Amino acid sequence: MNVSATPHIRSNESTSRIMLLVIIALLPATGFGIYNFGYPAAILVGVSVATTVLTEFVYEKIMKLPVTVSDLSAVVTGLLLALNLPSSVPWWIAVIGGVFAILVVKMLFGGIGQNFMNPALGARCFLVICFAARMTAFTYDGVSTATPLAMLKAGEDVNTWNMVIGTIPGCIGETSVIAIMAGAIFLILFDVIDMKIPAAYLITFVIFVGLFGKGGWDAYYLTAQLAGGGLMLGAFFMATDYATSPITPFGKIIYGIILGLLTGLFRVYSSSAEGVSYAIIISNLLVPLIERFTVPKCFGKGGENR
Amino acid sequence: MGKALERLYNGILKENPTFVLILGMCPTLAVTTSAINGLGMGLTTMAVLILSNMLISMLRKIIPDGVRIPAFIVVIASFVTVVELLLEAYIPSLYDSLGLYIPLIVVNCIILGRAEAYASKNNVFLSVFDGLGMGLGFTIALTLIGSIRELLGSGAVFGYHVLPASYEPLTIFILAPGAFFVLAFLIAIMNKINLLKGRPTGKGGNCDQLCAECSNHGCLGRRIAKEDK
Repeated sequence: MNVSATPHIRSNESTSRIMLLVIIALLPATGFGIYNFGYPAAILVGVSVATTVLTEFVYEKIMKLPVTVSDLSAVVTGLLLALNLPSSVPWWIAVIGGVFAILVVKMLFGGIGQNFMNPALGARCFLVICFAARMTAFTYDGVSTATPLAMLKAGEDVNTWNMVIGTIPGCIGETSVIAIMAGAIFLILFDVIDMKIPAAYLITFVIFVGLFGKGGWDAYYLTAQLAGGGLMLGAFFMATDYATSPITPFGKIIYGIILGLLTGLFRVYSSSAEGVSYAIIISNLLVPLIERFTVPKCFGKGGENR
Repeated sequence: MGKALERLYNGILKENPTFVLILGMCPTLAVTTSAINGLGMGLTTMAVLILSNMLISMLRKIIPDGVRIPAFIVVIASFVTVVELLLEAYIPSLYDSLGLYIPLIVVNCIILGRAEAYASKNNVFLSVFDGLGMGLGFTIALTLIGSIRELLGSGAVFGYHVLPASYEPLTIFILAPGAFFVLAFLIAIMNKINLLKGRPTGKGGNCDQLCAECSNHGCLGRRIAKEDK
């Protein structure tokens, strides 16, 4: 008889399997981004992934820590970072972002599972503050244009159908709703992500924009808001990051609602058109607090006092 | 004289107010957007610190114990006002760039801390050297943070462009988050050096608590693990 310490029933999930599933789920969005923006996007994806993996490897070698590159989490971070960059930025911006994401946001706080903020989004916000002009200059088919979301904010008409397919300017991986949804459905089917966070996020966001947005409850306006910017990519791939989202069921819903409120607030009232990345990293900071107040009752504890 | 030199060494390295005691964070984070601002703030604070240490040490036998804190504050606030008026008259450019943070030197905890911990218990000569050492430590720390932030954030140090024109400044370093990044990295380097030399560090130094009862989760049990070896 085999006697060992608890737990006796173990899931066969491993970090590398989950990360591999996330990478597979990101492939449609990545592929569409490369199709949409051409070879500069492919170079950025390559540089970004190479930088994050190399940074993690070098840091762990220097600090004499076990090398965790094979769990693929650095690859996911690099991929997500590249998908959050405009295709027109030079390659060295991806290098700076990759080093910042892994070194400062992830490894200095203790590596995988210890980071308090999504590394890819932390790096994106770092880059947006450092290189504001480059990070918000979008080109499409060689012409610099505004994103549909910025046009929507300025009160111009946008083509919602193009926004759903993804043939619009924007960051590499955020344009195509269809490609992102394909990956998201894959992740939900394989039970990698929980529907609670994205569902609470998107529903709260729609209600907020419907109540306070310029277009009100107009279906056309709401669809454009949902399909535009990084909302879909953020809701399904970055808000659901294990280390930086709550683990309790009720906490996930609260977290989603906060995300929706903040994103709506930033998009409707701030001077910039987009606010998904800031909303997610601010909500990441609230996660320990949310978890503390939503711990479920143990079986047999609580209930009515007699 | 040996004791006086020990005070200088103590202030600059062993108990550096910024990197080891982590005091006076408000000016450290707020005004170090450039090397010259850091240097100006450091020297201004040092002037106040030396003078207040001197006067408080002189008055240490007259000030009743029960009202010592208000008495210290009055002394410090008087010197800050003197220094503020002098700056406004003779170095208006520095006065303009430091702005509100000059009157805030009154509540800088380094100055009150040295008055309480050192000047009120020691003679005038040593107190002056304590103020000089702490002031120099603060000035060096602020100038260092300011230089690094200015270098990364605008490619210059003390206003002179050192980096080639093709360098694109990382603007975040002259904004508030950059102050936290630079300070954190410098404290980490300082802690590493102090650990190697066996000096006390800013956090977790000489820890004799049980890890299970400790609230400092940042150390992750490393201190105990280290002692076990």
